[in-house]
Amino acid sequence: MLNSLDILKLCEQLNRREVSAREVMQSCLRRIEVVDSRLHAFLNVDAEDALAQAEAADRRLAQGEQLPLLGVPVAIKDAIAVRGHPLTCASRILGNFVSPYDATVIEKLKAAGAVVFGRLNMDEFAMGSSTENSAFGPTLNPWHPEFVAGGSSGGSAAAVAADECLAALGSDTGGSIRQPAAFCGCVGLKPTYGRVSRYGLVAYASSLDQIGPLTKTVADAAIMLEVLAGHDPRDSTSVPVPVPACVAALQQPVKGLRVGLPKEYFVGGLDAEVKAAVQQAIRTLEAQGVEMREISLPHTDYAIATYYIIATAEASANLARFDGIRYGRRVDGADPIELYNRTRGEGFGAEVKRRIILGAYVLSSGYYDAYYLRAQKVRTLIRRDFLKAFEQVDAILTPTSPTPAFRLGEKTADPLQMYLTDIFTISCNLAGLCGISVPCGFASNPRRPIGLQLLGRHFGEDTLLRLAYAYEQATDWWKQKPPC
Amino acid sequence: MTESGMNVHHVAHLARLELSQAEAAAFQTQLQQVLNYVEKLKEVDISGVEPTAHPFPLENVTRPDEVRESLPHEEALRNAPARSEGLFVVPKIVE
Repeated sequence: MLNSLDILKLCEQLNRREVSAREVMQSCLRRIEVVDSRLHAFLNVDAEDALAQAEAADRRLAQGEQLPLLGVPVAIKDAIAVRGHPLTCASRILGNFVSPYDATVIEKLKAAGAVVFGRLNMDEFAMGSSTENSAFGPTLNPWHPEFVAGGSSGGSAAAVAADECLAALGSDTGGSIRQPAAFCGCVGLKPTYGRVSRYGLVAYASSLDQIGPLTKTVADAAIMLEVLAGHDPRDSTSVPVPVPACVAALQQPVKGLRVGLPKEYFVGGLDAEVKAAVQQAIRTLEAQGVEMREISLPHTDYAIATYYIIATAEASANLARFDGIRYGRRVDGADPIELYNRTRGEGFGAEVKRRIILGAYVLSSGYYDAYYLRAQKVRTLIRRDFLKAFEQVDAILTPTSPTPAFRLGEKTADPLQMYLTDIFTISCNLAGLCGISVPCGFASNPRRPIGLQLLGRHFGEDTLLRLAYAYEQATDWWKQKPPC
Repeated sequence: MTESGMNVHHVAHLARLELSQAEAAAFQTQLQQVLNYVEKLKEVDISGVEPTAHPFPLENVTRPDEVRESLPHEEALRNAPARSEGLFVVPKIVE
């Protein structure tokens, strides 16, 4: 089946003209038809537009054009603007919004020849760890329908794992690419803060958000990153540094690289099967000459508290724009204040409201210093922990999540329990580092994927991908397909 | 940090969020739990530590002040819930 190919193999076949881009797109659409009424990875698919793009790609392929993603179907998280397509952030408040412009990453995908299609399900405004906060219903885990796909990019991870597309874009504010990738059994890369433009990504927490790819292989993540990365004058936080040759870096040996094992990450609360899988992964890398060192990240225990203050503070400001005046849904009122109150009260779901209230509170007069300013200072200490660790090691290895995918509904009644699941992914965003999750085994009863997380230095994606590739090539977890 | 906690109704008003009675009651309990949890930040010695607002601080990001193409007027209004004569329509603000 063409939809089950990875980018690398598909491009070989497309370039040899053995298959057409239209056939590949058709194959993805058929797959969506078969599985997505159950999985609910997609909120919207414009099949006609996707096929028209694929046919255009076929004409360019026939002329011998060479582009990194020519004819490759890539699906998009519903938080990233694609001109002429709906954008809802899985929220009711955006109503029938249609994006008037392309995000920079979409311009880049199109320039690289990709067939950009579909709107992928997510937690509303990327706030959540299970995609259960979507206003349009959760995405199910392709490995077992009673378990969550993870979040917030649950639709992206499930669509890639279930072969509904070749690759997908997600966004990661506290683990929203890596955790669902781990839960669904695909590769998820969160680039360094500033590596990829956020222009056209609906902002949740601007100092933490980063767009990245979810793919079937590490090589595909490298191909995608080379397309997506680069300075963008339209995002003043994108950093003007050169984009490394990530694909070429994959072939370099990993012997002699030093990898840190943070002692604070291998403690209580870690699922036994996850622990065993990660320990096996450590041995696999050691066998290739990678040197493991115990390190300490002493402020790990404060990361979740720091994150939920900073992220909600930024969210309360960012989501002020959804006021029912310029776009989206409006619920009328006698005066503007009543209009705002009703529009936002009816338009936002419970988790978004909770985070806006928490954020407004920690920024409010009398509490700013005690909460927000203090959290920003602890963030400095968390960042310093990593900078110090990276003086001794080239990367850091941890589980992506303390447990495999949990059951639907298991944590929805208790927001704090849901927040605590992000313990291993959140620090990376606070420090602005790059991180990747790759499949490293399976939990039993029922069988669910386990993810290995590697964290790299600021702008160190080449080394990160090289290590992830070496691990992937020595194992075959990534070759296994879900039963859906 | 104060232990007294937040008044959900007051903060929801500041954030322009209408809440049902049931929502307000649930959020009061849930957010108080979160606030109790974040109290642990009080354990950290932050004396002399500068705050981090951005993971990769850039300074003075500027560009030449030149007229460039922007979203056409009609496009900018296309998603508006109510509009008239090329303008957004809002409820009456002044008598």
